[in-house]
Amino acid sequence: MRFADPACAMAYPADVAQVRLANISKKFGGVTAVDDIELEIGDREFMVLLGPSGCGKSTLLRIIAGLEDPTEGTVTIGDRVVNDILPKDRDVAMVFQSYALYPHKTVQANIEFPLKVRGVDKPERAAAAKVAADSLGLGEYMNRKPGALSGGQRQRVALARAIVRKPAVFCMDEPLSNLDAKLRGETRAELIALHQRLESTFIYVTHDQVEAMTMGSRIAVMSRGHIEQVGTPQEVYDKPESVFIAQFVGTPPMNILPPGSIEPGEHLVGVRPEHLRVNEDGPISMTVTLVEQLGHEVLVTGLVGENRVVVREAAHAEQPAIGSTANLDAEVTTRHRFSALTQRRIDV
Amino acid sequence: MTKRSARSRWRDSGLALLMLAPSGVILGMFVIYPLVKAVFLGRQRCSPTGKCPVTGGWQQYVDAFRSHEFQDALIVTIKYALITVPIGLVLGVGLAVLADKYLRGIGIFRTIFSSTVATSVAVASVMWFFLFNPNLGLLADWIGGVAKTPGLLQSPGTALWAVSASTIWANLGFTFIVVTAGLQSVPKDLYESAYVDGANGFTRFTNVTLPMISPVLLFATVVLTARAFESFGEIDLLTLGGPKAKTTTLTYLAFGKGLPTAADDGLRATVTVLLFFVLLILALLQFRGLEKRVHYGN
Repeated sequence: MRFADPACAMAYPADVAQVRLANISKKFGGVTAVDDIELEIGDREFMVLLGPSGCGKSTLLRIIAGLEDPTEGTVTIGDRVVNDILPKDRDVAMVFQSYALYPHKTVQANIEFPLKVRGVDKPERAAAAKVAADSLGLGEYMNRKPGALSGGQRQRVALARAIVRKPAVFCMDEPLSNLDAKLRGETRAELIALHQRLESTFIYVTHDQVEAMTMGSRIAVMSRGHIEQVGTPQEVYDKPESVFIAQFVGTPPMNILPPGSIEPGEHLVGVRPEHLRVNEDGPISMTVTLVEQLGHEVLVTGLVGENRVVVREAAHAEQPAIGSTANLDAEVTTRHRFSALTQRRIDV
Repeated sequence: MTKRSARSRWRDSGLALLMLAPSGVILGMFVIYPLVKAVFLGRQRCSPTGKCPVTGGWQQYVDAFRSHEFQDALIVTIKYALITVPIGLVLGVGLAVLADKYLRGIGIFRTIFSSTVATSVAVASVMWFFLFNPNLGLLADWIGGVAKTPGLLQSPGTALWAVSASTIWANLGFTFIVVTAGLQSVPKDLYESAYVDGANGFTRFTNVTLPMISPVLLFATVVLTARAFESFGEIDLLTLGGPKAKTTTLTYLAFGKGLPTAADDGLRATVTVLLFFVLLILALLQFRGLEKRVHYGN
C-alpha cells in the first residue's frame, strides 16, 4: 500500500515553524536526562534526533511537545517562547511509538478527536478526517477499530490524527519501531514523501541510524544527555566528531585502531570497513575470525591485537580463510583521527 | 495428522474425569446438591420442628412471588441496590482517580481508601450503629432533626439510606482497589496524546479513562449489585429489617427473623430460590445491557 496522490489538498499554510532550544536541561531527581542542549531546527526541516536508549532524545522531544517542562533553558517555536504554553497551544502534534490510538474509537473517531476537542463542527471535522485518511490510504478503514488493523495501518491512523489539525511542527517518537523490517523500509520512504507534501517541520526521534541517514535533512546525534554532533547525514558519516559517533553511525561501525597501528602518533585511527583493503604490504596484521557472505558484499571480521576489525569486500573478491592472517591497509585520505584522551576528532 | 484410536481417547477422557473429580465432588456437595434440595424444599411448608408435611407444589413459588411480603422486599432490595451501587461506584472511581497520581505520600491515602476491604461487615455495622445513634452518635449532633428524633435508623424515611451509607462505606475499599487496578493498566500514552491534542481533564476522563476501565466497571457493577441483593449482616445489626419492614430485603426475608418465614424452612427455601432467579436474570440483563459499552482492549 502506498500513500495516496500527493496532489490532494494537504499542503499547509506557510507559518514559520523554526524550533530553537537554548540551554535546555532536564533533571529527574538526581539524574540529568538532558544537559545544556543548544539546537536550532529550521522551518520545514526534517530533523532527526539520533542516539542509543537512554541518551535523552525522547525527553528532548517531549520538552518540545510540552509533555515535560525543562529544568532550565527556553524552547522557542516560531517567534514565541513556549515554556509556559500548554501543548495544545504550541501548534505541535505528536506521534507516539505505541501510536496511542484510542482502542474503543473507530479510525474516523480517532482521526477526528483533535478537532472534536477543539470544538470543530461535526461536518467540518468529518471532511478534514476524510482528507487526512485518504491522503494516507485509510479511506476504506474509517469504520474499523484499531484492533482490526495491521501495525502499518495503525501507524497511518496515528499519522492521520497528527496531520488532521495541520500543526506547524510534528514530533515523532520512534514511530516505526513496532513495524517489521520490510514495512519499516516502505514507510520510511513514505514519511519522507509526507514531509515534502506537508511542508511542515518534522522532529523525529530514533535509535536506528539507517532511519536517521535516510530520512533526516539533518541529524543531531545524542549521547548521555548531550548533542555530540549536528549535521547532514553525509557530514555525520564522513566527518564524525567523536569515536562514539564514528561507531554509532554506519553499519558495520567504523573500525577504531590503537595509536601507532597504521600510522605513527599518539592518536586513535578510525577507518570505515569499506576503506580497509587487503594488501600484502599493509601495516596491519589481522587474524580472520569470521567471513560473512551477504550476497552483494562480504564482511570479513578479525582481530588486530585485541581490537575487533571488520573489512567490507566486494561479493566476488577472494576470501581469506578463517584462522588465516591478512595484512590490511587504508588510504591516508580515508583515515579519521581521534584524540586517545578526549575521543574527539582531530583534523590534521 | 493421524487419528488417535478410540481406546487412546477413552483413556485420556478417563484421566481428565479423574482430575476433574475433586472439583466435581466439592461443587456437587456444596453447590449443586443444596440448590436442587432447596428447589424441592421450596415446594413444601414446614413446621417449626423441621417436619415438612404439606406440599404446596410449584404453585408455592407463584404464591410466594405474588405475596406482598415478597413484593415489598423486592422493592426494598431494588431501592437498596439503586442507592448503593451507583453511589458506591461514583465514590470508588472518584477516589481511585484522585489516588492515581505519583505524589509523595499517596501510598498512605491508597491504604486508607482501600482499608474498608479488610473491615468485616460486623465491625462496619457496629461503627455506623454508633455514628447513627440518636443519643450518642456524632451524626445526630451534626445533622439534628430526624437524626436526633427518632434517629436515622429508626425513621422509616431514612432507615434504608442509613443502612445504605454503611454498605457504601464497607464496599468502597473493594471498588477502589478494582478501579485502581483498572486505571493502572491504561497506557499513559493515551492521556499524553489526548493532552497534546487539546483535551482537558474532563474530556480525558470521559474519552480515555472511562472507556478504558469499562471492563472493571462492569465487573464492579455486577459484584456490587449481587452484594446488594445478598446483604444481610448490616441489616440485621443496624435495623433488624425495620422500621415497618422498610429495610427488609429479600435475603432478610429469607432469613425471616420476626417474619412469617421465620419458622418455615419451606417458605425460606422458596424465597431463596426466587432470589436466585432474580439475581440470575439481573446478571444476564447487566451483561447484555452493559457489555456492548465495554471495551476489552486488543
